[in-house]
Amino acid sequence: MSDQESGRTLDGDFFRRWLTTAGAAVEREAGRLTELDSAIGDADHGTNLQRGFRAVTATLEKEGPLAPGAVLTLAGRQLISTVGGASGPLYGTLLRRTGKALGDAAEVTPAQFAEALAAGVAAVAQLGGAKAGDKTMLDALEPATEALGTSFAAGAEAAEAGALATVPLQARKGRASYLGERSVGHQDPGATSSALLLAALAETWEATA
Amino acid sequence: MKMLINVPETVVADALRGMAAAHPELTVDVENRVIVRGDAPVAGKVGLVSGGGSGHEPLHGGFVGPGMLSAACPGEVFTSPVPDQMVRAAAAVDSGAGVLFIVKNYTGDVLNFDMAAELAEEEGIRIAKVLVNDDVAVTDSLFTAGRRGTGATLFVEKLAGAAAEEGAPLDQVEAIARQVNESSRTFGVALSAVTTPAKGTPTFDLPDGELELGIGIHGEPGRERRAMMTSREIADFAVDAVLEDLRPKGPVLALVNGMGATPLLELYGFNAEVQRVLAERNVTVARTLVGNYVTSLDMAGCSVTLCQVDGELLRLYDAPVETAGLRWGR
Repeated sequence: MSDQESGRTLDGDFFRRWLTTAGAAVEREAGRLTELDSAIGDADHGTNLQRGFRAVTATLEKEGPLAPGAVLTLAGRQLISTVGGASGPLYGTLLRRTGKALGDAAEVTPAQFAEALAAGVAAVAQLGGAKAGDKTMLDALEPATEALGTSFAAGAEAAEAGALATVPLQARKGRASYLGERSVGHQDPGATSSALLLAALAETWEATA
Repeated sequence: MKMLINVPETVVADALRGMAAAHPELTVDVENRVIVRGDAPVAGKVGLVSGGGSGHEPLHGGFVGPGMLSAACPGEVFTSPVPDQMVRAAAAVDSGAGVLFIVKNYTGDVLNFDMAAELAEEEGIRIAKVLVNDDVAVTDSLFTAGRRGTGATLFVEKLAGAAAEEGAPLDQVEAIARQVNESSRTFGVALSAVTTPAKGTPTFDLPDGELELGIGIHGEPGRERRAMMTSREIADFAVDAVLEDLRPKGPVLALVNGMGATPLLELYGFNAEVQRVLAERNVTVARTLVGNYVTSLDMAGCSVTLCQVDGELLRLYDAPVETAGLRWGR
């Protein structure tokens, strides 16, 4: 039985726990993200996301119960307000658009969430003018949203594989693109942090089983 | 690496507090990270707002004041500011005549200013945007995020700022900003890599005997790496790279800019070589500016920016300016 057929639904608290778990993963991996960014960017991806997710966690702690969509739009707004760089608007848009697509339902099915996340990913692609293969977060997010149709674990695995697959690519977007061929051989920091988000999602799903 | 800081986390806030103390003519909002000229909003005047990562001082906060920017938004070190800062700045300087956002072409700056423009317009502020993309070292925009915005930002802010100070309406200020950008090209050279406070070690490895040609302003590597060259050889290379792209048909403004760790002794010596090449190529230099204006923390190196001007642009360049980082004619 796939996660989709499990009959389980996700409430606002599930998404709150997802973002808290993601925040903990960002704290743990901030050094590695910054190190990856130092190779082909400007060495601040870890610190920037850390600042953003701390703000997300703090804001969610202050809020009372919220619907799934509201949790995500609120978190997205916090990321836009605190992260800066390209990651702020991109991750902020991902969460905001996913949240908007969920509307104000009190509970959503895994399938509805997968569909909403696909809308969020499409918004990221449009905002950044990027597509899969450009060596960006989309290389992790696009395969992940497809695999989410099967299970959360498959989504996490696809994101991780997508992040690893950015190593041989030449960057065409963002600051890494100025390196040209010299960007080849390095894993993309944005795809790596996206894989962390998807891993946190699968972890949260498992923990609530 | 030794730095004159407390902890990396407070570097930007500490600098803003120090700037506020040194420049009472500015309103510095340390908490929200917005630097505004003290008399804003000026009645009937178009507001000019720019911003970007910190670490490029005096850009942009040092260019706030009469004759140049109305406000600046400094982000974290080498990280673009967030839309909230820009909306706050726009609201602080808008007199009803509208606000021009001057944006350097770096992905983060572009995305955040785009979001800020939407939000500000929702608040009823008229916004126009100009993108600065003068760096000739980035050639193929299909495979990159496009040409970076670097040294020409100073000329755009100065000339559009002068027009706004004279009372030109928003569409005219925007048109001048666009014209200045289209008339400007830059080429940069790094003699050493940059060390950010958060990382504490050089962001890329540039051995003693080598230099990096075609760098941006974040220590991001450039076009190619070569064995160290003389000032004369660097000037030939950099000026020719600019001229090949700009092909000026009239006089130019020349900016010989230091990247932060190169002393004026070297920059003036380099300027002598720049002027020599330009004379050899029959390019007339109308005005020259030498100094550290668009920097990259402690990076050693320089950039050359040329901006082709007509009589009107030259007049706007000569117009009075009174900011922390640039000041003349008043």
